[in-house]
Amino acid sequence: MKYLGIEPEVLKIAVFDFTGCEGCELQLANKEETVADFLKVLDVVNFREISSVEGDDYDIALIEGAVTRGDEITRLIQIRKQARLLVALGSCACFGGVNRLKNVLDLNKVNREVYGKDPKETLPARAIKEIVPVDLEIPGCPINKDELERIVQHLIWDIPFQFPVYPVCFECKQRYTTCIFELGQLCLGPITRGGCNAPCPAGGLGCYGCRGPAADPNYSEFFTIARERGYKKKELDEHFNFFGGFEGVG
Amino acid sequence: MKLDLSVDVHHLTRVEGHGNIMVQVRDGKIQEARWDVVETPRYFEAILKGKHYTSAGLLTARICGICSFGHCLASLRATENAFGISIPERAAWLRLLAKHGETLQSHCLHLFFLAAPDFLNTSSVIPLLESHPEVVALALRLKGLGNRLCEVTGGRATHPVSLQVGGVTLMPEGLGSLRDELQHSLDDLAMAVELFHTFEIPDFVRETEFVSLKGENEYPFIGGRLISSDGVEHAEHEYLPMTNEYTDKNNTSKWCKLSRESFAVGALARFNNNHHLIHPQALDIASSFGLTPVCHNPFMNNIAQLVECVHVVHDSIRLIDKLLESDSEPTMVPVTPRAGEGVGAVEVPRGILYHSYKYDEKGNITKADCVIPTTQNNANIHYSLKDLVEQFAVQGMTDEKLELLCSMLVRAYDPCVSCSVH
Repeated sequence: MKYLGIEPEVLKIAVFDFTGCEGCELQLANKEETVADFLKVLDVVNFREISSVEGDDYDIALIEGAVTRGDEITRLIQIRKQARLLVALGSCACFGGVNRLKNVLDLNKVNREVYGKDPKETLPARAIKEIVPVDLEIPGCPINKDELERIVQHLIWDIPFQFPVYPVCFECKQRYTTCIFELGQLCLGPITRGGCNAPCPAGGLGCYGCRGPAADPNYSEFFTIARERGYKKKELDEHFNFFGGFEGVG
Repeated sequence: MKLDLSVDVHHLTRVEGHGNIMVQVRDGKIQEARWDVVETPRYFEAILKGKHYTSAGLLTARICGICSFGHCLASLRATENAFGISIPERAAWLRLLAKHGETLQSHCLHLFFLAAPDFLNTSSVIPLLESHPEVVALALRLKGLGNRLCEVTGGRATHPVSLQVGGVTLMPEGLGSLRDELQHSLDDLAMAVELFHTFEIPDFVRETEFVSLKGENEYPFIGGRLISSDGVEHAEHEYLPMTNEYTDKNNTSKWCKLSRESFAVGALARFNNNHHLIHPQALDIASSFGLTPVCHNPFMNNIAQLVECVHVVHDSIRLIDKLLESDSEPTMVPVTPRAGEGVGAVEVPRGILYHSYKYDEKGNITKADCVIPTTQNNANIHYSLKDLVEQFAVQGMTDEKLELLCSMLVRAYDPCVSCSVH
């Protein structure tokens, strides 16, 4: 399939899942109107969730999920050795995601609560970059398929991809969404990285910050406004800690 | 002549999550036939503790990327039951439409992307883009329609944002054109039925207890009494004696049992227990495949899913008509938290799902429990694997053929393994 007379590179890609819900992988098969074309520009050599082909000859590894067990570390190091480009796909891979919420708990106690006399091996949840170097991080819970398609186009033509620096707030304005903060809900939109097209406020839900901080977030002003409106520490913490992208903020 | 067979599948492909199949036959005798779930646990019940009710549905949606709507809906129902809230009728229709969208999306993903490649002799849907483009196009149209139903009701296709405690916060747009699409999709489903008639479903029967919601006036999806095909019946909040979870040393998923050593949930269980309430056209299609209650062939779960696709399309048209007639009515009620306990039971694509929460007076969770469909199925998958090997480990069988049969059996349950461990 030539484009402007040039044969584009077909990317040899592999998809691997670690600790998570596999919802980001599922997005690869969503946006059905373009999925056939999307798959044609890729040579999928390993994607366990949808294919029984299990090849090791790939250039790009998409990693979904966080790391929470010893065998995952071994597997990840092996993938890093093979991959030319290692991509963290989704908030679990980028930040640890909701899995990180268990890190503040006593894991032995939690294990006994859930499994009684048969506790299972588990480690505190970690992002992929805490184990191996990551070349590209695509945040979101789940990832936005439009954005992923644009990133893949950039990879094919070898053009660096630039994530938006502006916060989610900008995209609410573009969509004419009534400000959810003004409607009386806590929303991390003013300080969270845009690029998702702000689906949560448009659906009536304040942003929980799944894409992590925007460039140069104004935390002090955000906290001042939030406190003025009566939001307490517990409520703020619950939002900031939800997806793990704002660790240390709050 | 002695018969030795060996199957060792590490991380079975074309299923959600990580599980292994291990079969050893020596001199015609089964030494081992196992289905082991090795997915990493995430301890959702522990991390829910202390969370505000407004976060519970969002957090539990993340248990599963494929059935995030089902988890969210079970969570909302548990919370609303704990607070003593009834949602407006229009909100209930919107939620059921969302549920139907997920059922269509998830069943089509399973039927065409995960199960069909085995019947068409290929490794995945990708080679089918070349060899059977019309099948892929059909699958994508149906799956896309399911996702669009989710988008208009839940705000997006995965991890809904507008299904909230008290009702639904989004005004659905484009219902009229979705109604047209649903009407056209019945032609696509007729073609899907033709395709599945060409598939050779393995002939295997294993007496099984089937558990599902009990429909009263409608084929059941959200809330109601619990029923088993062995005659057990309980109220929705009495889910514990219906599930009886226990741990197994080889599995990070728990196992469940009821009247026998294991039971099954899912499309086949729903159909077996509620066939009299399914849409007549869906019932006709079931008969054309020889799917009649009570069907004990687990491979027929594929057909039951296809039959349910026809039902949810018809029922979505009915719901859209109701929604179009009632578009000025409210979809949210005010929420006042109170201390209490509540259970929500919802039929998600892979079977009945329970969420149970205890709240303090401020609306923070003090105790949480989620019992997942695949958790309920895992013991049954394990034991049916043994019976399958027993029946098919005969002269002429090869390791490759047995591996395919075992893998197809596990896939027929459409397991959601990450979900089952959570």
